[in-house]
Amino acid sequence: MEESGVRSGRHFMMGNLACAEGAIAAGCRFAAGYPITPASEIAHALAARLPEVGGYFLQTEDEIGAICAAIGASWTGSKVIVPTSGPGISLMLENIGFAVGVETPCVLVNVQRGGPTTGAPTMGLQGDMVQPRRGSHGDYEIIALCPWSPQEMFDLTVRAFNLAEKFRVPVFVMSDAFVGHMREEVVIPEPDQIELVRRKIPETGTDLGRIRVFLDEDVAPMPVFGRGFKSHVTSSCHDEHGNRNLIDPTALDKFIRRLRQKILKHREEIVQVEVDSDKADLALVSYGAVARCAKEAVRAARSRGFDVGYLRVITAWPFPEREIRDLAGRVKRILVLENNSGQYFPYVRAEAAGLAEVEFLGPEVLGQVHGLDYVVGRIEEILK
Amino acid sequence: MNDRVPEHPLRKYLRPSVKGTGFCPGCGDGTVLQCILRAIDELKMEMDDFVFVSGIGCAAWIISPYFNGDVLHTTHGRPIAFATGIKLNLPEKKVMVISGDGDLTAIGGNHLIHAARRNIEMVVVCVNNGIYGMTGGQVAPTTPRGARTITTPLGNLENAFDIAPMVRAAGASYVARWTTFHPRRLTRSIKRAIGKKGFAFVEAVSQCPVQFGAKTGAGSAVEMFEMFKEKSISVEKASAMKPEELGDRIVVGEFADRDRPELCEEILRLKRGAGRGP
Ligand SMILES: Cc1ncc(C[n+]2csc(CCOP(=O)(O)OP(=O)(O)O)c2C)c(N)n1
Repeated sequence: MEESGVRSGRHFMMGNLACAEGAIAAGCRFAAGYPITPASEIAHALAARLPEVGGYFLQTEDEIGAICAAIGASWTGSKVIVPTSGPGISLMLENIGFAVGVETPCVLVNVQRGGPTTGAPTMGLQGDMVQPRRGSHGDYEIIALCPWSPQEMFDLTVRAFNLAEKFRVPVFVMSDAFVGHMREEVVIPEPDQIELVRRKIPETGTDLGRIRVFLDEDVAPMPVFGRGFKSHVTSSCHDEHGNRNLIDPTALDKFIRRLRQKILKHREEIVQVEVDSDKADLALVSYGAVARCAKEAVRAARSRGFDVGYLRVITAWPFPEREIRDLAGRVKRILVLENNSGQYFPYVRAEAAGLAEVEFLGPEVLGQVHGLDYVVGRIEEILK
Repeated sequence: MNDRVPEHPLRKYLRPSVKGTGFCPGCGDGTVLQCILRAIDELKMEMDDFVFVSGIGCAAWIISPYFNGDVLHTTHGRPIAFATGIKLNLPEKKVMVISGDGDLTAIGGNHLIHAARRNIEMVVVCVNNGIYGMTGGQVAPTTPRGARTITTPLGNLENAFDIAPMVRAAGASYVARWTTFHPRRLTRSIKRAIGKKGFAFVEAVSQCPVQFGAKTGAGSAVEMFEMFKEKSISVEKASAMKPEELGDRIVVGEFADRDRPELCEEILRLKRGAGRGP
């Protein structure tokens, strides 16, 4: 295996394996996890692949151990990934907030299953769409990407690493059992064709008291461990040098505001959507596996003469406010398709308020793919 | 007249910005802090040889913000899990975890026993004050049976963890227990722990006059010192005694000092291709 470990070429590959290959290609050399369906194949692949490139996969005692070990490893300068599914994310949330608070790059993969609770591990609901945004305690911003194919399990995993490194934040890849277990063609580029971002690290010998290493809206360099910086990294409210401050409300205000602003200020660079809609009577909004049904339904409806467009959300968080607002300004109505009981829908409706009417369409049976006739039927009903 | 106060020999290990500690009067955390720094000093090691990790609680503040080295102050119960990721990626550094008994054995108990089982090299110093100090004197898994705390006003109905033997049983390479009445022996054990290839655990039974002392009636720091002195018994002597004879004595000494395969070395061996499995 060559240095980079990148398996360039055309493959017929399962989404979860493409995710693991994306991590390796992005330069990830440490992963930690606890077995869970439908995400386990990512861990299986990483356990086999990481040692080939000088890395290691640690199977921890639980998901809390996994996220903590990964954050610890990230503080040594490593790129890290934690693959799991909803119940695992639930256990990790306190420490995902920790990663946000001390600005730790890491990639979290949620191959979503049906819930609440243990639910159905083998069925691909999009049941955790708001969880990355609001799951941990306190006010914070996060980045979450939604792949709709094995190819994007590769591409968006690489992108997740780049965003994590660039903005020093946890980044979610919000997949589901459908995309994770789907097998399709995956093209892995040559290593020199893959854009890779590495976090900024202060120069050796830098006096941290003189530069800010936290709370910079333009992202501070990360004072990683083991290089003599004598970094003080605390989960408690701290200033731009890492000094704990638990008594001054303005310190807390800065702590919260700047961490949020770090993401919001760079929204344009982070948010990605795929739009196929000029002025239209109706636009379908969806993401992940469901977007494949939506796109096909739009094609079928158009062939029957209906004026329909669509918008696919690729970056779910930060919320694509401008993109949804623009769409709502161009179309009369919006139909939000999700494989859940309407989690992202209220956000879309709120953003489109006053501009377009917004409706929700879940699948006929939760956990099942939206049927083509069912979606086209609804489009016809609306536009009749 | 020379009015310059001579600098404490261990001052050099503290952050220059540190002016004093936030510990309550009589707290044992200062003693443990000194023992750790003395161990580092006597071993002629540098702060940069270490990465320090703590959870949440009073004892966690021993290193954050005082120690002038790489410090990670994490979430309640999780320091060992964070330390595991650090050690796996920086095997050449010494990783030291310092936290309270509640942090390490209640909320973090699972990480503790599994790190001992993995026998990953790290030093864990557990400051056992028998109570939750920072949150105001609630019952801990180490609170003696019958003791009154703020959440066991009628007396604790549960049995206490005997931490050191538990960690030995889980697989640690080195395990010792002393009290703050034994600062020299505590320092010596921390030095041994730092030198150990493998999971090394040092329990420091410590006084918390403000919470434990006041709530359980154990009294002042001095009274608790007296109690540590009277109740301590060496692990060698204790091993020849029946449980009835032993009663509520505090067994101190080295509970384990053995060589077992260490995780980071095993991984290195694997990476070198020295063996296809153990
Ligand atoms: C998830 C979580 N639960 C509870 C707390 C509140 N908390 C802070 S410190 C502490 C207990 C500390 O006790 P111990 O570890 O024995 O340390 P001590 O303060 O006695 O040194 C608790 C419960 C917290 N910070 N996080």
